[in-house]
Amino acid sequence: MRNSSIFFLSILSEAVLLGLLLTHASFSEAPQSDTLEHKASLVKNLRLTDLCLFTEARYTRHLSQADLNTAFQDHPLSLEHFPSGSFTQPNLENKAP
Amino acid sequence: MNPWIEKQRYIIDFTISSLLRRKVKNIGLLALYTLIVFILASTMFFTYSIKKEAKLILQGSPEIVVQKIVAGRHDLFPVSYIDEIKAIRGVADVESRLWGYYYDSLVQANYTVMTPSRVVDTSQSNARTTVVVDPNDLHAADVNKPLYDYDGAAPEAGSIVIGNGVARMREIGTGDYMPFMSHDGQIMNLKIAGRLSSESELVSSDLILVNGTDFRKLFGIDDKYVTDVIVTVKNPSEVSMVASKIKKKLHSSRPIIREEILRTYDSIFNWRGGMMIVIFSAAVLAFVIFAWDKASGLSAGERREIGILKAVGWETSDVIQMKFWEGAMVSLTAFFSGVILAYIHVFFTGSAVFEPALKGWSALYPNFALTPFVNAEQLTTLFFLTVVPYTVATIVPIWRAATIDPDTAMRHTGE
Repeated sequence: MRNSSIFFLSILSEAVLLGLLLTHASFSEAPQSDTLEHKASLVKNLRLTDLCLFTEARYTRHLSQADLNTAFQDHPLSLEHFPSGSFTQPNLENKAP
Repeated sequence: MNPWIEKQRYIIDFTISSLLRRKVKNIGLLALYTLIVFILASTMFFTYSIKKEAKLILQGSPEIVVQKIVAGRHDLFPVSYIDEIKAIRGVADVESRLWGYYYDSLVQANYTVMTPSRVVDTSQSNARTTVVVDPNDLHAADVNKPLYDYDGAAPEAGSIVIGNGVARMREIGTGDYMPFMSHDGQIMNLKIAGRLSSESELVSSDLILVNGTDFRKLFGIDDKYVTDVIVTVKNPSEVSMVASKIKKKLHSSRPIIREEILRTYDSIFNWRGGMMIVIFSAAVLAFVIFAWDKASGLSAGERREIGILKAVGWETSDVIQMKFWEGAMVSLTAFFSGVILAYIHVFFTGSAVFEPALKGWSALYPNFALTPFVNAEQLTTLFFLTVVPYTVATIVPIWRAATIDPDTAMRHTGE
């Protein structure tokens, strides 16, 4: 088989595979919507405010409820020592006065 | 076959043979390029999905949460404030929340202990009656299994409902007892009455739901205080107005509106955030090195190759086409492979590469499967940011080399 044929076949198969994965994504949304709905319902019933992503510090467990001076809790120059703090940023714009 | 297509195929055949002559260099280049696309696409898939999921899930979060702030820190909220908030025009309801953190020294994990309020959502499809799922039941994973075996009502005194992460970590389940050390050093043994489902781990992994009396006994909180309060507003468009009225009336309070909660998660993993900028800058830097290597000039071997091709009759346009195909082949293969691997990584392996970084020092980390939300716009941006510049960077130096005299090109090889 010619080199060009091998190249086009490999690109075509990769494109088809990517297309299948994107189809998987669109088909997964419908079955997952029930799960999402139930999670939303749990949030509503328990009055939850945050996702349970980082449990290492209170200001990363409840990002939206954290003090306005987090993550520099103790001193303006005290360096962040929890890794999750480096993924998040403070919510600077506070519309509620 | 169309002569133009046939010509392109011959050029591609030749280009591949040429690439294979410098096998190690080109395979290394392809692997590194794929890795860059993989990291960028994984970050993109992960952040987009988590943001979208957070937006959908947290739509049901409280309209306004009011905290009391003392010396810049969250403090217990006096129950006496509740009536003052109720008196504000536009407020429909005020509800207290009791929640806090408990450090379990046995497994060195932090739990969120909370007392459920009354059930809001009682529709058949959303709230469920209590169904205790036996963890040893082989059929527990049946499709009919409730997504969470808890209806939102407070557990009875002496009993708790635990999140799946807590159950997994402590290897306990329904019917077992879990010891807690209260504020005065006494041990409280609370019976596990239920377990929140594994599907809800993204919001409930570390939760322990207790009765209000047990909560106060555990943490020594007086009846005059609660953790914070939730305010429901009659007219949703007046939420900000009511929040500002609360702030004016209770100067030590801090109202947090739902919009802020949603915005917090919309800006999470923002590209400016610490680790994200490290990932992006590393990827961009690596890509710049690629492009620089290509754009800064050709190797002596490549120059000689072009000289020979021109000497045997290739035109400048043919040489440029050859280099275009070289760039397109490498970048297209890297783009497709990187994106496919990133999709598998994020949605099938639970972001295994990112997991150690995301876990940080947490002892308890939720096991959750993200809903695959893919944004076509981001994929297109990634395509134009990787494939196009690389292909262009391959062509530009060739333009200079291909226009010089073949004799000169072959003489100044240095080889």
